[in-house]
Amino acid sequence: MSIRERLSGNEAIATAMRQINPDVFAMFPITPSTEIPQYYAQYVADGKVDTEFICVESEHSAMSACLGAEAAGVRAVTATSSAGLSYMNEVLYVAGSLRLPVVLAVSCRALTGPININHDYSDSFAERDSGFIQLYGENNQEVYDNYLMAHRIAEHPDVRLPLMVCEDGFITSHAIENIELEEDAAVKAFVGEYKPENYLLKEENPLAVGPYGVSAYYMEARVAQAHAMMNAKRVILDVAADFEKTFGRKYGFFEAYKMDDAEVAMVIMGSSAGTAKVAADELRAAGIKAGVVKIRVFRPFPGEELAEVLKNCKAVAVMDKSEGFSACGGPLFAETAGAMINLDNRPKMIDIVFGLGGRDFTVNAAKSVFERLIDIVKTGETGPVYTHMGQREGR
Amino acid sequence: MKRAQDINEHIAWQDMTVGCEIYEPGTSRLTKTGEWRSRTPVWIEEKCKQCLLCAPFCPDASIPCKDGKRSEFDYEHCKGCGICIKVCPFKAIAWEDEVGKEEA
Amino acid sequence: MAYNLKEEMNKEERFHSGHRLCAGCGAGIVCRAMMRAVDPGDRAVICNATGCLEVSSFQYPYTAWEDSYIHTAFENASATASGVESAYKVLKRKGKIAEDKNVKILAIGGDGGTYDIGFQSLSGALERGHDFTYFCYDNNAYMNTGTQRSSATPRFASATTTPAGVESVGKKQVQKDLTQIVVAHGSPYVAQTTLFGNMKDFHEKAHRAIYTEGPTFVNVLTPCPRGWNYKTEDILAICKAAIDTCVWPIYEVVEGEYRLTYEPKNKLPIEEFMRPQGRFAHCFKPGNEWTIEAAQEYVDKKWEELLAKCR
Repeated sequence: MSIRERLSGNEAIATAMRQINPDVFAMFPITPSTEIPQYYAQYVADGKVDTEFICVESEHSAMSACLGAEAAGVRAVTATSSAGLSYMNEVLYVAGSLRLPVVLAVSCRALTGPININHDYSDSFAERDSGFIQLYGENNQEVYDNYLMAHRIAEHPDVRLPLMVCEDGFITSHAIENIELEEDAAVKAFVGEYKPENYLLKEENPLAVGPYGVSAYYMEARVAQAHAMMNAKRVILDVAADFEKTFGRKYGFFEAYKMDDAEVAMVIMGSSAGTAKVAADELRAAGIKAGVVKIRVFRPFPGEELAEVLKNCKAVAVMDKSEGFSACGGPLFAETAGAMINLDNRPKMIDIVFGLGGRDFTVNAAKSVFERLIDIVKTGETGPVYTHMGQREGR
Repeated sequence: MKRAQDINEHIAWQDMTVGCEIYEPGTSRLTKTGEWRSRTPVWIEEKCKQCLLCAPFCPDASIPCKDGKRSEFDYEHCKGCGICIKVCPFKAIAWEDEVGKEEA
Repeated sequence: MAYNLKEEMNKEERFHSGHRLCAGCGAGIVCRAMMRAVDPGDRAVICNATGCLEVSSFQYPYTAWEDSYIHTAFENASATASGVESAYKVLKRKGKIAEDKNVKILAIGGDGGTYDIGFQSLSGALERGHDFTYFCYDNNAYMNTGTQRSSATPRFASATTTPAGVESVGKKQVQKDLTQIVVAHGSPYVAQTTLFGNMKDFHEKAHRAIYTEGPTFVNVLTPCPRGWNYKTEDILAICKAAIDTCVWPIYEVVEGEYRLTYEPKNKLPIEEFMRPQGRFAHCFKPGNEWTIEAAQEYVDKKWEELLAKCR
C-alpha cells in the first residue's frame, strides 16, 4: 500500500535512500543538495540505516570514495549540485569507464558565474558525455520513483553504468508537495540486493581495476561502454514496466503530453514541463493543437523514439535550460535536432534558452513559445533558430 | 571468467573484459621484459654465499628464491639494471661482458 | 618476530615481474617490500595514484599485483582507499567476509600524487581515521611526465620545470616536509625510510604501519635513475648517502613519540649525496659553491630539529 505524504524533493530522495539502505554514502555539502545527506545523517544517527556514512573533504573525494566502495563490492551513493558536480567531473568519467554503478542524486543548479544557487541544467548537461545515465523528474514523485528504479538500471549486468537522478534545484528539491511513498519492504524487494560478479574484496579471486589502456585497447573499451549505454535503453524500459506492475506508476523515456495530433510542440525537461502542459491545455481550449514532450531520460538519449513522436508536428520548440555557448543552440536542441535529421519531413525547429539561474518560466511565457510556433506554421518562416527568453533586453 | 592470456590486440570489443578488469593475479609475467636488457648480469654460483642480499633489491623480482637459497636469474624478466651486482658483497654477480676480466 | 631476510625471501612474490617500470626503478623494490610486509594469509587491496607505478604495474591486461588493485585517478588514492575501507567494514559487519579473514587496505602514490595533487585527499582520509596505510614512493619530482619539479623536489635540484641555467641554480624552494605534516594529523604511526641495509628498517616500519589500526603513513625516499641522473646500479649508494648525510633522516613517530631508527656514525657532508647525481651537477661548478653551503645549512637545521624531537 502506498503511503500519502508531503515531502520536498530532497527529502523524497533521502527517503528512497533510507529505504534502499545503501552500504556507503560519501557526502560533501553544497546548496541545494545538502539536505539529502543531512536527512540521511539523521537516519544514521537514529539507527534507521546501517550505512557507512563518510563525510569527505570534497566532491571529488566523494565520488572517488564511491568508486572505491563500489569496486570493493558494495552499493555506494552520493549527492551534489553545480560546482560540486563540476569538481567531480574527472571521476565521473572514471566511474563510467570502470563501469561502476554508483548512483548520484543531483539537485541541478546553475554553474558560476556569476555564482548563483538557483536552478538550471548547466551542471548536469555539462556531464552529458561522462558515461552516466541521466534520469530527470518533473516533481518530487517522479524524482522518488526514478531513485527507486536507479540501482536496478545501473547495476544490470548488461548495463553496469553509473546513474544520475536529477531534480530541479530549489524548485523541486525544496518545494514540499504531495507524494505517494511505497512501503520500505516493498522498496527493498523491488530494488533487490547488490550482487557484483567480481569485486576487490572477493575471496576467490583478486580483481584489478583501472588499467592503463594503450591505443590497441582503448577504442574497444569505449565501444563496449557505448553499447552498454545502448543496452540501458532496453533495461530502463524493462525496469519501468516492472515498476508499473509493482507500484502502478508508468514511466518511459519521456512523457508525450497531448502529442497524438499535436501540430506545435515543446520539448522540455523537469519542473518547467508542468508549466508547459498548463499552457498547452489553455491553447487546446482555444482550438490549437499544442503538445509537450517532457524528456525523462537524457542519457541514453531516446533519439529514435523522440523523432517518432515529433515527426507529425509542423513546428517544434526545444527548451534549453542551459546555455551551451555554441553560438547556435543549447545541448537539448542539438540532440533533438540530431534525432530528427533522417526524417523525410521534418518539422521546423527552434531553440529557446530560458530559465537560467532560476529565472522564472510562467504559463504566459510558455504560451508565447507556442504562439511563436503557430506563427512559424502560418508563415512558413522559421525566423531566428537560436534565441533567449526571459532576459531584459535593451536596444 | 576471461583470462589475460586470451586478451590481445586482435580480439574484438565484445571479447574484452567489462571495464578492462582483470580477474587473476600477476598477469604481468606474460610480458617478457628481459627483451629490454642491454647488459646482462650473471650469477657466479661458486662465489655465492647465499646471503640473499641481492634478492630484495631486484626491482623486477628476477632473482628466484626458495628454501633460503637463490637460483639462476629469471632472464625472461631481468632488465639488466645491475643493482644486484653492486649490492653483492662477494662479487658473485658480474656483468656478462666483464666476467673473468677482473681476475685477469 | 625478528626480521629474517631468508624467511622474507621465501615468501610468495606479491609484486610480480613483467611490470614496465624502468630498469633500476626504486618503486619496484618498494612495492615488493611493501607486499612482503602483508602477512601471508592476509589479503590486500592496493589503491594506486596515477603515476609511473600505475601505468607500469597495470597495463591492460597485465597486472603485476598478486592482490586486488584499483587505480581511479591521480589525486584521489586516499579517497578511493576510504571507499574501499568503508566497504570492507560493511562486508565484515554483514558476515560476507569471515571474521578471521584480514584484508589490509594500502594506498600508494609518488610524491606528485601525495605531496601535491593528492594532498587534500590524503589529509581528509587521515583526519577521518580510516584504517589504511599510505605509502609514498618519493622520487622527488613528477617522473611519469618527465621530471617536473614537485613540492618534494629538494632545493637546487635541476628539474625540467626548474632547470639549471645561467640565471638558475635549479629549484628555489626547499622540500615540503610531508612526514611532519602527517604527524601533525595525529596519525598513530608515521615513518620515513628508504632502501638500505637488508631492508630490515623498511620491512619493520611497513609491517608496523600496516598492522597499526588507523591511518598510517610511510614515506620512502625512492631514487629514480632517469630523473636524478645516476647509473641504475648505484641506487643503494645513493640511498646510503641520503641517510648518512641526513638529507633523508630515518625515523618513526609512534603515537606522537619520535624515534630515530638510524643514526649515522659520522654525519657526512651533503656533497656525498649530491655529487653522484646529475640533477645537482651545476652546484659543483665554480661560482655555485654557495648552493652546497646553503643546502648543508638547511640539512643541519632540519637534523637538529629532528634530534630535539627524538630526545
